[in-house]
This record gives sequence, C-alpha cells and structure tokens, in this order.
Amino acid sequence: MTVIISLLAAVTLILIAIIGAGTLGLQYLFGIVIPYATLAAFLFGIVYRVVKWARSPVPFHIPTTCGQQKSHPWIKYSKLESPFTALEVTGRMALEILFFRSLFRNTKVDLKKGPKLVYGSEKYLWLAGLAFHWSFLIILVRHLRFFVEPVPFFVAALQTLDGFFQIWLPIIYITDVVILVALLFLLFRRLYDPKLRYFSLAADYFPLFLLLSIAVTGYLMRYTGAKADLIAVKELAMGLLSFRPTIPVGLDTIFFIHLFLVSVLIAYFPFSKLMHMAGVFMSPTRNLANNSRAKRHVNPWDYDVKVHTYEEYEDEFREVMKAAKMPLEKE
Amino acid sequence: MAEDKKTPEELAQISYRPPGKTWMDSTVEFRKGTYNYGAVPASAAYMNLPFPRKWQPTNEDWNLPEDWQKIIFEGMRERLNRYRSFRVFMDICVRCGACADKCHYFIGSGDPKNMPVLRAELLRSVYRNDFTAFGKLLGRFAGGRKLTIDILKEWFFYFYQCTECRRCSVFCPYGIDTAEITMMARELLNLVGINIDWIATPLANCFRTGNHLGVQPHGFKDSIEFAVEEFEELTGIKVEAPINRKGAEVLFVAPSADYFASPHYYTLLGYLALFHEIGLDYTWSSFASEGGNFGLFHSAEVMKRLNAKIYMESRRLGVKWILGGECGHMWRVLHQYMDTINGPANHLEVPVSPITGTRFENAKSTKMVHIAEFTSDLMRHNKIKLDPSRNDHWNVTFHDSCNPARAMGLIEEPRYVIRNVCNHFHEMPENTIKEQTFCCGSGSGIGTDENLEMRLRGGLPRANACKYVHDKYGVNLLLCICAIDKATLPPLLEYWVPGIEVGGIHEMVGNALIMKGENERATDLRGTPTKKVEEGKEVTEDV
Repeated sequence: MTVIISLLAAVTLILIAIIGAGTLGLQYLFGIVIPYATLAAFLFGIVYRVVKWARSPVPFHIPTTCGQQKSHPWIKYSKLESPFTALEVTGRMALEILFFRSLFRNTKVDLKKGPKLVYGSEKYLWLAGLAFHWSFLIILVRHLRFFVEPVPFFVAALQTLDGFFQIWLPIIYITDVVILVALLFLLFRRLYDPKLRYFSLAADYFPLFLLLSIAVTGYLMRYTGAKADLIAVKELAMGLLSFRPTIPVGLDTIFFIHLFLVSVLIAYFPFSKLMHMAGVFMSPTRNLANNSRAKRHVNPWDYDVKVHTYEEYEDEFREVMKAAKMPLEKE
Repeated sequence: MAEDKKTPEELAQISYRPPGKTWMDSTVEFRKGTYNYGAVPASAAYMNLPFPRKWQPTNEDWNLPEDWQKIIFEGMRERLNRYRSFRVFMDICVRCGACADKCHYFIGSGDPKNMPVLRAELLRSVYRNDFTAFGKLLGRFAGGRKLTIDILKEWFFYFYQCTECRRCSVFCPYGIDTAEITMMARELLNLVGINIDWIATPLANCFRTGNHLGVQPHGFKDSIEFAVEEFEELTGIKVEAPINRKGAEVLFVAPSADYFASPHYYTLLGYLALFHEIGLDYTWSSFASEGGNFGLFHSAEVMKRLNAKIYMESRRLGVKWILGGECGHMWRVLHQYMDTINGPANHLEVPVSPITGTRFENAKSTKMVHIAEFTSDLMRHNKIKLDPSRNDHWNVTFHDSCNPARAMGLIEEPRYVIRNVCNHFHEMPENTIKEQTFCCGSGSGIGTDENLEMRLRGGLPRANACKYVHDKYGVNLLLCICAIDKATLPPLLEYWVPGIEVGGIHEMVGNALIMKGENERATDLRGTPTKKVEEGKEVTEDV
C-alpha cells in the first residue's frame, strides 16, 4: 500500500511537469519560479533543522565504543573505533561518512536446528549504499558543468574518468549505471525482505522512486532521442545562478520534468529522513571522544537534586552502627 | 513460567517473518513470563516519583492521571530540547534495517517490535504525529500515530524489553542508540507513574541504605566479616577489610551483589586476597556500599541522586582516589556520567597505583579506576606472584559485558588478567564478543523472575555462543565482569547449555594468587578441589 502510494506520488509529479511545462507551457513557472522556491526551501529547511538540533545540547558524554579504550600505554587502543582526541574523532567520523564504517560491520543472523545461531557477513547493504551515495555525489559534481563557465578542471577530469570505459556513444558514464543498479537494489531489498517491508514507510519508498525518476529522465536526455539542448540548459542554469533568469528556446518537456523532480527532491530533503546527511555529523554516539574520565564533560542544564547525605544515613542507623562497633561521625 | 514451562526446543521455535498486518495498530498482550510487575507505591513514594499507586500491567485500567497525554507531550518536548541525541535520533533514521537482527530480544523472540528500528518507531511515530510538519499534515500516511492508551501500554511492554545494551548502535550507520531512546521512553512513562518494581524498589533501597539490596550498615559489616573468616578457612590467611575508615588512600566500591550473592561472592574473596597481598591502603564504605546504579535504568535525575554518594563518601573519608569493582552498568555511569553529574572531583587526586607507581591518566578527571585496569597494571609490572595452574580445572571463556565493552572500550584489560591467571582460555565467536558482545538478556532492571521467558529468549545468543565453546573446547566456566551477568547467566546457561558455571575474573585472580603464608590451597575459592590436588589424590590412590 505504502509502496503504491509512493509510486503514485512520483508518477503524479511527472504528470504535473508534463502538463504544466509541456501542455500548458508554463516554462517560466517550472524553469524559474519553482527552482528558486524549492532552493529557498532547501536552504531554509537545512538551516532550520540543523539549528534546531544544535540548540538541543549534549548533556552527557555517550560515545558508543567499538574498540579498545585508551588506558595503559602498553595496550594498543583503537584510535578510530574508540577515539581519545579530537583528531581521532575526526578520523572516526571521516570513516563513517566517507566509507560507512558501521554499515560495513553488518551481519546476518540465521537460526539453524539445534538451536544454533550463525552470523554471516552481509555487505550488500553497505555496498549498495556506498555505490548510490558516491555515484550521486559524482553525478552532482558533473552537473557543475552547467553552472560554471569555464568548466572547472576537476569537473572535466571527473567526467573523463567517469566515462573511462568509453562504451556506446554518447559515452556511458559508470556512475549512471551504478546509481541505477544501486537504487534498484535498495528498492528490491526493501520489498523482498519481509522484515524491511514490515517497517518501511511511504517516506522510505518515495525518495527511492523520486531518485529513480530523476535518474531515468536524465538518461532519456543523455542517451536517447529526447536529447536536451545542452547550450540552452546551460543558459538557463547560469541565468538562475546569476539572478538574471531567462527561459531560453530549445528546452524540451523532458528537461522540465527532470528539473521539476529535482526541485521536489531538494524541497523535500530538509523535512525528511534524507536529513541523515546532516544528522550523521551531529550524532553524539559517534562524534565524541572516549575520554570522559580524563576530561570532564559539562551538562549545561544540570540542576541540583535531592540526595541522601551521610549525616541522614548515620542519623537513621546510628544505633545499629554503634552496636556493630562501626566508626561514627557523631557518638 | 511455572505451569507453562517450555523446553529449550520449544522456546527455540522462532520465526523471523513478521505477521501480515501492519505494526501500527496492534496491541500488546501481557503474557506471563514476558513482562515485569509494576512498582509498589511505597518504593515509588520514597523516591518521590510521580503518581505512586497500586498498579499492574495486566490491569485493564492503569489509573493514569487525567491529563496523562499532556504530561507525556510536555515531557517529550522538554527532552527534545534537552537531549540532542533524542532529537537527532527521532529525525534521521532511514530504516535501513541494519539494526534489525542485532538485538538479542529479536533474535530470541522473533517479535518484530523487538527490532531496534521498530522499537524506536513506537516512540518516533508519536513524535512524528505531534512534533513534525509532515506528521501533523499527513498523520498515519507519514508514519504518525496518535498517542493512545494502547500505545502507552506498548511502550511499557517494549521499552522494558530493551536492556540498553547498545549493540544496535554499533551497527547503525548514524550511531542511533536505542539505549538513549529507551531511556527517554522510560522517563516519559515515569512521568505518568509507570515504573517497574524491580527498578523502583532497588532505587528506594539504594537511596536509603546505600545499596540496592537494602543491606543496612551492620549487615554490610557482617557480610564482609563473614567473607574474611571464610577466606581464612580456605587459605589460612587473615586479611584486613576495613570499613568506613578515614584516611585510607583508596575507597573501594563494588556492586552489592558481590557481598550478598553467589557466584559474585567468590569475586569478593578475590578482591580481598589481592588487596591483602599487595598491602593496599584502602577502605570499604557501608554508605557507598553499591557501585551499581539502577537510576541509569530509570531517569537521569535518579541516577544523579544515587551516584552522589560516591564522591560525597570519598570526601568524607578523605581518600585520594576511588577503585571500582566488577560491574557493567555501574561502569557506564562511572565512566560516562559521574564526572558530569556529580563532579568535578577536586577533592581527589589523579589515581596513582601505590604498588607500581602507574598514574592513571585516562582517569585523571573522574579519579576512579576500574579494577581490571588496576590489576592488569600490577601483572604487567610483575608485582604479584601467580600460579595459573591452580585454575586448570577451569576451562574458561570471557563474556564482555555490554557497558564495559560499548560504553568504555574495556576489552583487553580483562583479557590480559585472564591470560595471566588461566591456562585454558578460549574466545567465543567474534560476532558475539568485544564490541559485538551479546547481552545476558536481563540487564537494565528487567532480570526478574516474572520476566523469565523473555530473559531466556534474550539470552539465547549469548548462551548459544557459550554452547559453541563448550562443545568445541570443553569450556566449563564463563567469566564476566558484571554483577547482573553473574546473577542472571547461571539460570540462563542451565537452561540452554548445562555444564557451564559463571564467575568473575577476580575470582580467578584470587585462585591463582600466591600469597605469603598461605596453606597448600587444596581447593579454589569455591571449595572445589584444584586439579593438582585431584591428580595428586589419584596418584596416591593408585599407589
């Protein structure tokens, strides 16, 4: 049910773009107004969310340690799994953010007869996750060529590298293939595994369908007859960026669909689970050093509590303590 | 479990396939063996907890305060503003499912709401419905749920089926820690007067007498003196065990079970042996007669209230630093919370081992050292004489307790100690130890008799790993450094894998320690004949 609704939502978005930018010719709306509005929503939303998170303090020092602590100099401690210094924390975070360290640990449990529990390595989620995120990043960077003139050398270099295999004409980018496979796998996994299907929400399927739609409309423009006029695209992009937006001639409906889906994605981003991108930086189980006995952590909202003092304790038990010949403060 | 006792084969009939209908509107059934009793009003009242009243989970009507929903929402708002962990963890889960089969309760029960992701969703769905734009707009379609009494009951059921062990947080790509979420949920339940007795009564005991068991000062003294006498009978050595002695260099704090329960007791004998042999200038305290802190399982406020006594007592007695015994959750509080909640400990000095001169830089602010750190340092510097063959009748394995492993990173120190005192040490499979260790299934205050079925289920992964080394290497003793482990693993192992006993690492130290003036040590600290003596006997008999 949630799957179908999510799929319908993505299809509806495509239809909106077809009718709006195609049939009704509202190119100004879809090419300029909506991109600006959604970009504003994106920027505002991200800042709003991050500020909201940041305003909640971290009262306690709660890193999850995934390796040996620093104690004796003769026991080698795990700098990346149980970091002691800020630099080591940076290392841990880099490993987490760039290579999904924790997900790499993933295992799969099997209950065999006996009973016997067997733990197998399960790297597909890690692999698909990593493949998707890195491909997405590279594709984004490749898109910079539409926004910057002259095209920066690293964008050009990346583009060459990405098209390394030079199969087909126009050259098929590796990331274009990888992102599609990864997204399909992530979707398939969610539908195939009964556990995942059980707890998956519409908010889990919708981004997948949205990203797939964006990818497919992108392919249509790049690899098929529905080729976009790159000069026109660049004119629009640079116009938007320089705040002198114009709608150049030569832009097909397919381009507006692509642009509209991207617009929806960025507007949706800050208000959805996609904010894990920013949240991972702020996770207190990962971004704190395991040095809480060496360096005091302060809780900004700490308050005094009712405690039971030794005096109260001795007052209550003085007689029995006296009988047991235990030392007393007051005889 | 009495009348409907299931055999291990029956209990292990577990399916990981969730039911067909959605999780969003099912209700819980409080089946015997799967939940804990409600707090007795006297204990709750003694701790000034909100709305103390007679109440049981099986009651249809929980007698909640009239505006309970409002109280919960206010409580949520307050905690969202106070804990970044809570706010971020409510917002960023992508439901990738990496955590799903990492929870011992899920593995042992197959109940989908024991998947950490779904356990969190129980709370997250309410958060979404009332605290997020999408939830307010789209409600159920956005994964939001209106807070109802059924949902509150579900919270109670499942947030007291989480042992706050943090195994899931090791695997989560964003480090989402279900322990944090469970802590928040339990605090919210407390606000409307929902607590379990096995937490509330120890809290009240601990606040009043200094320990969870409610042992009064003279009783504490009796227990320690009894151990001193027993130790003399076993070894011929009369040790000193000072209590509430001012001016000692070190205050020693252990979990109360060490002097009141078995097999913890043998670990206590081990401490006594060690401190005597190295001539440690130390004292016990009847006021700080508990290192454990069930406040961790209740609320940050109660945790602080109970923990306060440790620094207060160290100040009163004028010690230089504090040494802590073998206990899991106790060490989470000491390592990650104590300095923050009751520090700074400016009345203490940076801990220095009086025997080796080692300065414990890693504890220079909190000024409290774990006994595994302390003892491993002694061994490293050859300050104690050991005969590991005295433990040859034990074939041991080591269970990393959740909190020392995942909240401290205390992984190699205990192993170093074990390797020095045991000749036969075999590790369990790597997915079940160190940072991936499995909980005993009874942590965080839910190790009750009435909850036995869930405990046996939750303990299955641990027991199963024990079975592996039992079958493969003949392991007959599971060592651990946690009082809850020592209390709850023996019945667990007896159920799943008979033939393995449970002990502490300082029990092994006590066995192996060669003491000046000791007798021939015909038995270990349990009174079991040592192998040498056994073999010697056989030889004599043969002759």
